[in-house]
Amino acid sequence: MIKSILVANRGEIARRIFRTARQMGIATVAVYSEPDADAPHAREADQAVLIGPAAARESYLVGDKIIAAAKATGAEAIHPGYGFLSENAEFAEAVVAAGLIWIGPPPSAIRAMGLKDAAKSLMDAAGVPVTPGYLGENQDEAHLKSQADRIGYPVLIKAVAGGGGKGMRKVEKAQDFATALTSCKREASASFGDDRVLLETYVTRPRHIEVQVFGDAHGAVVHLYERDCSLQRRHQKVIEEAPAPGMSDAARAAVTSAAVKAAQAVGYVGAGTVEFIADASEGLKPDRIWFMEMNTRLQVEHPVTEAVTGVDLVEWQIRVASGEPLPLTQDQIKLTGHAVEARLYAENPAGGFLPSIGTLEHFHLPDDLIRVDTGVEEGGEVSPFYDPMIAKLIAHAATREGASDLLAQACSEVEVWPVKTNAGFLARCLDHPDFIAGEVDTGFIEARLDALAAQPLPSEAALAAAATAVIMGEDRLTNEPASPWHELIGFRANAAPRDTVRLYLDGQGLDGSLSVEELTDNVLLTDDGEVVVFDAGEAFVLTRRPPVKDAAHAAGDGGVRAPMPGKVVAVSVAVGDKVTRGQPLLTLEAMKMEHALAAPYDGEVESLAVSVGDQVTEGSTLARLVAKDG
Amino acid sequence: MTKLATAIDRTGAAFQTNDSHNRALVAQLRERAAHAALGGPEASRHRHASRGKLLPRERVERLLDPGSPFLEVAPLAAHGLYHNEAPGAGLITGIGRVCGREVMIVANDATVKGGAYFPLTVKKHLRAQEVAMQNHLPCVYLVDSGGANLPHQAEVFPDRDHFGRIFYNQARMSAAGIAQIACVMGSCTAGGAYVPAMSDETVIVRGQGTIFLGGPPLVKAATGEIISAEELGGADTHGRRSGVVDHVAEDDEHALTIVRSIVANLNSKKVVDLDLAEPREPAYDPEELYGIVPSDVRAPYDVREVIARIVDGSDFDEFKALYGTTLVTGFARIWGQPVAILANNGVLFSESALKGAHFIELACKRKIPLVFLQNISGFMVGGKYEAGGIAKDGAKLVTAVASAEVPKFTVLIGGSFGAGNYGMCGRAYSPRFLWTWPNSRISVMGGEQAASVLATVHRDAGKWTPAEEEAFKAPVRDKYETEGDPYFATGRLWDDGIIDPAQTRDVLGLSISAALNAPIPETRFGVFRM
Repeated sequence: MIKSILVANRGEIARRIFRTARQMGIATVAVYSEPDADAPHAREADQAVLIGPAAARESYLVGDKIIAAAKATGAEAIHPGYGFLSENAEFAEAVVAAGLIWIGPPPSAIRAMGLKDAAKSLMDAAGVPVTPGYLGENQDEAHLKSQADRIGYPVLIKAVAGGGGKGMRKVEKAQDFATALTSCKREASASFGDDRVLLETYVTRPRHIEVQVFGDAHGAVVHLYERDCSLQRRHQKVIEEAPAPGMSDAARAAVTSAAVKAAQAVGYVGAGTVEFIADASEGLKPDRIWFMEMNTRLQVEHPVTEAVTGVDLVEWQIRVASGEPLPLTQDQIKLTGHAVEARLYAENPAGGFLPSIGTLEHFHLPDDLIRVDTGVEEGGEVSPFYDPMIAKLIAHAATREGASDLLAQACSEVEVWPVKTNAGFLARCLDHPDFIAGEVDTGFIEARLDALAAQPLPSEAALAAAATAVIMGEDRLTNEPASPWHELIGFRANAAPRDTVRLYLDGQGLDGSLSVEELTDNVLLTDDGEVVVFDAGEAFVLTRRPPVKDAAHAAGDGGVRAPMPGKVVAVSVAVGDKVTRGQPLLTLEAMKMEHALAAPYDGEVESLAVSVGDQVTEGSTLARLVAKDG
Repeated sequence: MTKLATAIDRTGAAFQTNDSHNRALVAQLRERAAHAALGGPEASRHRHASRGKLLPRERVERLLDPGSPFLEVAPLAAHGLYHNEAPGAGLITGIGRVCGREVMIVANDATVKGGAYFPLTVKKHLRAQEVAMQNHLPCVYLVDSGGANLPHQAEVFPDRDHFGRIFYNQARMSAAGIAQIACVMGSCTAGGAYVPAMSDETVIVRGQGTIFLGGPPLVKAATGEIISAEELGGADTHGRRSGVVDHVAEDDEHALTIVRSIVANLNSKKVVDLDLAEPREPAYDPEELYGIVPSDVRAPYDVREVIARIVDGSDFDEFKALYGTTLVTGFARIWGQPVAILANNGVLFSESALKGAHFIELACKRKIPLVFLQNISGFMVGGKYEAGGIAKDGAKLVTAVASAEVPKFTVLIGGSFGAGNYGMCGRAYSPRFLWTWPNSRISVMGGEQAASVLATVHRDAGKWTPAEEEAFKAPVRDKYETEGDPYFATGRLWDDGIIDPAQTRDVLGLSISAALNAPIPETRFGVFRM
């Protein structure tokens, strides 16, 4: 058995791996970048090694530094987690070459599955059903366009080396193809250093079904049932569950056997996930599920599988990497109940899901209710350098309804401030009647986005809690121990007391009732006089006075400002250009995502303050428009 | 401390009769208060709100701290007057907390005849300023008024306590360090223009507030100049050019936010130099007052039952309990604040008056606020009493009351007749606040006595048949009945408002606390005739 493990990762996954390692009596080594020096994962490990500055390219993605850290600390094995170097075959080889144990699949398997076109061909040959598409080496734009026309629209452009939703574009109609291709190639090149793309048919009512597989060094391959990850937003998974709702025995048999076949075809060892796309137009049918790709790593959503099978997948990874056989045979792996996971992102759903960064001044997750895997803690920072996922919430119950209810409740109890999160959005997804009915597909969120993303008003109970906190927090500017002016709340002679407190949410006046006798702990009074009330997963920031409607600001000065700190990756216009409202002017890369900044109105570009490659701060003016006359 | 015992029979017929009588009076009071609180007619209110302006009462609410009490002064002013077209006399006045400080708010109600000043509007405005001045309360004027009511100009403009006194008071208060803050949220014309101009710090609402000595029609008539109201006296004119205002607000809410910040920057802090204690509720339910106070104002009852339902813990340390028993005197606390209470328990005799004067001397020496619970038919009359010097003993009490510099608070809990009113700190004796109960009566003497006296002195009295005498007396009684009604009184600002007896403790608690914003000076008594 391995005696010590270095985790070449950060955040929740590093902590999650350390947890199992500790349970198994294995020593732990963390690596960390400069801004992560005080991060929980770095503190919790037995040893921690600084591997470079913030940028992942200079720290978490530098294999040599990680191997050196392992050598320096005497770690025997390296676990890559997910993301970063987890599917980097060269790194896996380097680890092995350095005499260390690689807790992951053989580099050959990573390589075989790493390039999507080759993987599909391989699967096709192995008898695994694949979707119609174009996987060719000819990357000529005209050729790709003709292939897209052949497959039919809508068509999907994906980076050959992509994953995680990056480098992927859906093209609705032929005339949009060229723009989407350019953008996709740029993102692919930036993210993966490889701008090749493949094309795929776009399934009308697709569901994302994936199967957890596990192989050992002795040739055994088992599956641990499927997961449904259909609830996605811009190809990023949001809610995952196991088993898939509406999965028939026949369809399950088809998809799990295809997954095992896929793993066997590449001699798979360790934990892997075979992703399928299912056409759910008429329910899940055995012949309407196609291979998409295989992820040769532990998935983010692995906890739902752990919940329904009772298997610690990290423990299995370590055992398999140590050369042990799989602890269970296929027959011994049982499906128990239902599990649902929600990904908590530091982002602002009501503000176009822009990432939200800053200090987690208040951070409470309902870990008394459900399993919570998180990489951050109160007082910590959400930085712009890494993935904005700050936690995973996993609920397990006897039924799907029970698990999703529990998870919805847990999401409702998330309290994070001032960093914004999608907790309320998650709760609304989980509470949506169509989700409850199992009517999920990958377009679920997009189709209901406005309703799901919009921040609702705080509940009466929340307003009452806020009102009570305001009253209790009123200043005492006298030396009276208990002035009647303080104690006689809302007193009016010859009338009922004024029993409400007016608060403002983005300028909208809301009256909180003073019916609550006691302070509740879901309210914060900030130093700035704001009242933050946590309700239904939202952090409502209420003010005591309405914001000032400043005529000068309302009119605007034509400045296009950076909504967050980031790097300018494209400038699509030049000074003097006539632009129309909504036309992209610049593209900013921040928090690993591209953000197009569009013209706020028809006009002419008066000035440009930046060029490609510039790092900009939040709120800085990037360009200035003058409104077009007439 | 001695806890007062109670001897009431809560199930007795008298208690029940009184209870339903007094509850009906309170219900009527609440209804009238609610009606007056609406302000002007529905159409005016709608028009006001449709211009993006907050209704005056809402302005007050938004200005106040969340949860702040609002101790309204004279909410039923002009009740029964001006054809009932001026609820509250078109002005809201009262004390509330703004940024933790007790301030006097004076808000015009433009929904009542455009906020124009009736004679009683002036009286109410001046009363609010008097309260502010006596108790050192910063003043916030929420101005929205067309100025003096021209048909009533003779009762509004020329006299000492008329319109001009408003600005005199502003200057005097400003000089005394009592902040004067104006927020111009509507018209502010002619003399009214001096409210902001005389203030220490002034806010105006853009597009809403105008300040000018003469409006556009007057300007045109006088000089031929044609100019819009906004250009003549709007936010930009005064905020950027004239300097008449210091802050320009975008709307009512913004203006009130600015006013709050002005108050927050006053650098004032209330420091109370009294032996304060944690407040305790009375041991007896104040609502039992409904069953205790007789439906007939002449019926006697023990006033200690009232005191027991007003003071902290019903604790009352009586002074001279065995002497001059028709005046009950003693020390207690109301909302933790020490008070010296004088309460009538019958007609005033020489002993009662002497006891009262002595007790007031104690209170003044110790700087304890005085509370008068007034239910008095007068000083005892008759040969024995005149010869015994009741006039000079009564004068001692009146001298003591008039001289006392400690804050005084009077509640008319029953009758207020004749010189008893003076000895028990009636309006003329400048109590900081004077509140009345809905069952109270006030007049120089009872209606029956007045009718008898007038009948007796009538030259034809000797020739009257009983029917003729009754025909003479009835209208006198009726007149006294009408004019002795507490609504007649409060409509004319003879008091600061009628209050629900069950809220007496809270109203007094707030009144006393507000008064403690001003330091308590030494008292120097006049000559006591011995």
